[in-house]
Amino acid sequence: MSDKPPVVDFATDWDHTDPEWVSDPYPIWEDLRQRCPVAHTDRYGGAWFPATHAGVSAIAKDTENFTSRTVVIGNGRPTDEDLPAPIGVAPPITSDPPFHQIARKLILPAFAPGPINALEDQIRELCAQLLDDVEGEEIVNASLSYARNIPPAVIRQMLGFPEEDTEKFIEMVHVIIEAIDQPEEVRIQQFKPVEEYFTRQIEDHQENPRDDLTTFLLNAEIDGQKLAVEHVFGTMVLILVAGIDTTWGAIGASLWHLAQHPDDLARLVNEPELMPVAIEEFLRFYAPVTMARLVKTDMEYLGCPMKEYDWILLGFPAANRDPVVFKDADTFIIDRAENRHVAFGLGIHRCIGSNLARLELRVALEEFIKRYPKFQLANEKDVTWSQGQIRGPRNLPLRISA
Amino acid sequence: MSVEGGTVKVVIDGTLCQGQGRCFSIAPTVFDFDDLGNGVVIGDGTLSAETLTLARLAEANCPEHAIFIEESS
Repeated sequence: MSDKPPVVDFATDWDHTDPEWVSDPYPIWEDLRQRCPVAHTDRYGGAWFPATHAGVSAIAKDTENFTSRTVVIGNGRPTDEDLPAPIGVAPPITSDPPFHQIARKLILPAFAPGPINALEDQIRELCAQLLDDVEGEEIVNASLSYARNIPPAVIRQMLGFPEEDTEKFIEMVHVIIEAIDQPEEVRIQQFKPVEEYFTRQIEDHQENPRDDLTTFLLNAEIDGQKLAVEHVFGTMVLILVAGIDTTWGAIGASLWHLAQHPDDLARLVNEPELMPVAIEEFLRFYAPVTMARLVKTDMEYLGCPMKEYDWILLGFPAANRDPVVFKDADTFIIDRAENRHVAFGLGIHRCIGSNLARLELRVALEEFIKRYPKFQLANEKDVTWSQGQIRGPRNLPLRISA
Repeated sequence: MSVEGGTVKVVIDGTLCQGQGRCFSIAPTVFDFDDLGNGVVIGDGTLSAETLTLARLAEANCPEHAIFIEESS
């Protein structure tokens, strides 16, 4: 990021990795909503950023004019050779209709509320254990010691990888997450151990099938045919990458908020029944995820001259701050009753893990505030935010009050 | 419920629902979920005064605008 020229005007030269955008994107988006409302940049080979709810919604739901073949903005403009086959590298998030629906229907039941809600007790124990590990410390890093470790432990368990691998798994996952912004050669290198580990796990599951997501994927069939190994592997990678720093970011951002808003913290401590409504406001206000699309063909769209393979950055977090849809959009209202937020996206690619994300976020917050009903930022300057398409505090030292 | 002799019903448009999961969390007496996690209306969707309030709240929270409350005479 350091070798990029600084952004002068986000309307014509935006960059989601610019330090200003990384540290506090909301005023930038508000400005864009008033001026554009679709911003453009020549960076990344050419990209558009709709800043309004209407713009985000239109593109998210339009699978005729936009493809999901890549959902993370790369360093340059993609070419025909770069684009994976219609199945995509990580189905179904990188798939378009009609294959998308087939791949998605296959795994939806595993992420429906029934099987996900059954994980609540385990997640609660995990959170309690993480808090036990830092018991008695005056300053707790709520990102590194807590939020960061919850999603990978849950995913490890869902995929049916050995429990003794939890630590190793967490480390491995974070290496690839951190490598996402690195050049391709570095990414491939960093990804190697994951590939080898997954391959070993797939082989182990083929020999010893059991009741978990890996066995489920290996047994799954489309039109009487087992899934291609690349499909199984791609979906496992998707679950790993999409299910970890996203929820890590949501838990971290929520605790960051509570550390600075003692009134909201006190209300959650005293009115636990408020939690489900509060969770939706945390998700609206601090939505961590932006996703990319590619323009399919040259066209005029939302008044913009879009070209084939221009990137689109779908700012769901920006849509969530649009005053046209949300009253007092830039105010966090912990008991906001009407909250049509789009933190999990819109249309056919709605986050498949949304039920799991909500459960992890709720349990993580419940357990944290039960243990620590009072806390504040230890030092505001020490808080750092992730860079790229997933937003959340990477470093979050909290001072625990007696 | 009776509205001047008519009834009020809630329906989910299955072509719009994407399984965002808001309706059955907000109004579990009115909505349930199917095996895919999509919202479904419990029973025939006829609402009482009490469930109408809940259904309206669910409608106001559905990101996909997939819930409709219909009055018929």
